[in-house]
Amino acid sequence: MFAGRARPGEAVIKVVLRVAAAVAMVTTIGIVFALIVPAIGFFREVPIFDFLLGDRWAPRFADASFGVVPLVTATLWTTAIALLVSVPLGLGAALLLSEYATPGLRKTLKPILEILAGVPTVVYGFFALQFVQSTVFREWLRLDTGAFSVLAAGLVMGIMIIPTVASISEDAMSAVPMSLRQGSAALGANRMQTSLRVVFPAALSGIMAAIVLGISRAVGETMIVAIAAGSQARIVGGPLEQGQTMTGFIASAALGDSRVGSLEYNTLYAVGLLLFAITLTVNFISIRLVRRFRQAY
Amino acid sequence: MISLQDSLAGAPTMPLKTGETPRERRPAPMIFLVVLWLSLLIAILSLLTLIVNIVLEGGSRFGLPLFTEYPASSPDRAGARPAILGSIWVIGVTAVLTIPVGVAAAVHLEEFADKKHWFNRVIELNVQNLAAVPSIIYGLLALAFLALIGVRDKNIVIGGALALSLLILPVIIIATREAIRAVPSEIRDGSLALGATRWQTTWRQVLPASVPGIATGSIIALSRALGEAAPLLLLGALVFVSFDPNGLLSGFTTLPIQIFNWTGRPQEGFHELAAAASIILLGLLLLMNGLAIYIRNRYQKRW
Amino acid sequence: MSSSADAAPMHLRATGQHQVAPEVMRPIMEVENVDVYYGDFRAVSEVNLDFGLNEITALIGPSGCGKSTILRSLNRMNDLIEGARVEGEIRFHGENIYGKDVDPIEVRRRIGMVFQKPNPFPKSIYDNIAYGPRVTGMKVQSMDDLVEDSLTRAALWDEVKDKLKQSALGLSGGQQQRLCIARAISVRPDVILMDEPCASLDPIATMRIEDLMQELREHYTIVIVTHNMQQAARVADRTAFFTAQPSEGNGDRTGLLVEYGTTAQIFEDPQDKRTEDYISGRFG
Ligand SMILES: Nc1ncnc2c1ncn2[C@@H]1O[C@H](COP(=O)(O)OP(=O)(O)O)[C@@H](O)[C@H]1O
Ligand SMILES: [Mg+2]
Repeated sequence: MFAGRARPGEAVIKVVLRVAAAVAMVTTIGIVFALIVPAIGFFREVPIFDFLLGDRWAPRFADASFGVVPLVTATLWTTAIALLVSVPLGLGAALLLSEYATPGLRKTLKPILEILAGVPTVVYGFFALQFVQSTVFREWLRLDTGAFSVLAAGLVMGIMIIPTVASISEDAMSAVPMSLRQGSAALGANRMQTSLRVVFPAALSGIMAAIVLGISRAVGETMIVAIAAGSQARIVGGPLEQGQTMTGFIASAALGDSRVGSLEYNTLYAVGLLLFAITLTVNFISIRLVRRFRQAY
Repeated sequence: MISLQDSLAGAPTMPLKTGETPRERRPAPMIFLVVLWLSLLIAILSLLTLIVNIVLEGGSRFGLPLFTEYPASSPDRAGARPAILGSIWVIGVTAVLTIPVGVAAAVHLEEFADKKHWFNRVIELNVQNLAAVPSIIYGLLALAFLALIGVRDKNIVIGGALALSLLILPVIIIATREAIRAVPSEIRDGSLALGATRWQTTWRQVLPASVPGIATGSIIALSRALGEAAPLLLLGALVFVSFDPNGLLSGFTTLPIQIFNWTGRPQEGFHELAAAASIILLGLLLLMNGLAIYIRNRYQKRW
Repeated sequence: MSSSADAAPMHLRATGQHQVAPEVMRPIMEVENVDVYYGDFRAVSEVNLDFGLNEITALIGPSGCGKSTILRSLNRMNDLIEGARVEGEIRFHGENIYGKDVDPIEVRRRIGMVFQKPNPFPKSIYDNIAYGPRVTGMKVQSMDDLVEDSLTRAALWDEVKDKLKQSALGLSGGQQQRLCIARAISVRPDVILMDEPCASLDPIATMRIEDLMQELREHYTIVIVTHNMQQAARVADRTAFFTAQPSEGNGDRTGLLVEYGTTAQIFEDPQDKRTEDYISGRFG
């Protein structure tokens, strides 16, 4: 009696919607296959331990060598420097915005951070190479460094990541109930004590998530390191040295024209797979942490 | 020393005026506040330095020839015309590809999907994860896809748009879901109570109400695509393009790629060109973000 | 005016469970001509009220009449609200707490506060209690003793002594509220302000808190806001009745003190019609 008119049109629409949603999943599966198939080709020719543990990266040399360690050290250097910049500054900005700023002040300061987040990475790369490395490090400070350095790339990458760390940890701090701040104040704590001893620990898992997301952005960032970190794959021993990161290698290798299926082409995907695995792991940790701080209140 | 027996009420107590500095104004909290301000100011100063640096470097090259000339081997004759047109083409096609799919996916997840079903939970997790995948991975994906379907000349507009679409799809899905979620359930219930179907309700009530939110999210996602270079590098967009792109299969380069190219050249003149092109790019992005903020403020209803 | 005997229903009469308030009060806090504003809005006006040493004073009245506002102005918690302003004078041991050179943080340490919803910090039970002494730099011989003493005074020690290192969030609502009272006691205040401390608790937990208040009264002065008249009748020595009335000009309602006296007098012999209506349930 209540069956109503059949609506074939709506059934079609629902299928279309579902297919659209599935695109997201197809993309992920696509990424996994796109990376794995050539990577398998790569590992047929290069033993996986030679890749992961080898300390010489020279894929295009006559006596080719595929040890990824040099790329990983460069990535570690730029990521570590970026975190040294972005974590303290991002958390400081977040505490200021969530614990001290009036709503009006917050309204003016947050868009500035958004602009910082919106600057294209290629422009950051230009800034890192032409201003930070060339003008500041070499001309002004007369540092003993070449045309590129992991320090310049890492510093600028850190600035780029400040808004990410600031905005996610500010969300976490704002989610801490007002009543905890009142309870702390009523016991005779000042704002600094309330911020550091109540708000910060209560928001800790969200703050960790922000840092972890910052790590994943730093590891995956390409243009800044491709422009300013350098292009020689050697183990990096200090911040003023140049070095090629994992992403830097993929970007530089793309400049040459490698034949599909060649070892050179497959090498791109082996490094890409490693990069993907690292960021995916890091991101899963972040999602779990965020979920934990959502549950807390 | 305060012992446990002290300070029972009634006992004469110390005056409130202790003569000491108020606790909010002692050195530690004051220094703390200064440090917090410094964190934010360093971020803001870096942004200012970057902008000033780019304007100083590129200001002299910022003029009509930059928009009308083709790249050249001498910086004095070079311009970014094909790159600007290439960016417009690629972003336009990206918008056409992504917005309908992204909105449809979001509508499915918000209005129709059984949130407990494994399929939808996997999609959900995927969307979250995809948003954090490094952009260059999308270049590898697009490269592999074009190889798979046998496209030999991979530097084509549709290839670039495909890579960027996959990159920003999660962003659009997430923004649209938030916009849909902001529509109060009374509006849905009201429509459903009148006998409208779920789809009619979505199409006539929910979607129109979430257009400003969708528009804002889409513009911000597209502005991200506009500034993106890494995935396009993999498609070989760094080639020397001295013609206007004119179709989906046309070769192309984009503004960020052009900036990358000029930054890496040894001659100072090219660095100035890179800075000048960065001014254009930053201007475009500011414009898009301004538009997004305008739409958000102008049309967003307060329920 | 009706006779005092039937002014309040039987169950609302002051039960005499506690000592009858002494006729002569030894004031520890004096509120004189206090107005509180939120921006341009005057939330309460012209309040004059004294709180007696080692007494429990209840503030009652319909919702929105400014009870919480007055309570927050007693320990300068209003300072933390953007735009809030207190005019008039509030004295503590004869000293104006809003006076120049008075550190609001010292005021809050000496005049503690317990909130409507239990708000333990997401830390261990031990750290919740130790927090106040630590942040105020209190010199204590033994933190362990202080924690035990505070929890004992709040009648919580026996229930938690074996799980001091566990998270305070694992306690029941009533236990959490007693923990918050213990936390307030830990910094050795003279006065404890309580804003509807039982509003989110069940009747048994409420009873335990009320018993606790009677014990605390030996050593502390307590001011409690409650919307529950039976509670005021049960625990308070004195009761102040507030109401909100439209102020001149605009339609804003401003809170004012209608009547203040011993709890017995307020419930059995209210002098003001508005008080009588309120306690007999004809209003609010
Ligand atoms: N933080 C605040 N900002 C602005 N107005 C407030 C604030 N807190 C309370 N008020 C207003 O002050 C009046 C008294 O509120 P309150 O003291 O909470 O009343 P009560 O506790 O008696 O219910 C109400 O009109 C309320 O809206
Ligand atoms: Mg209240």
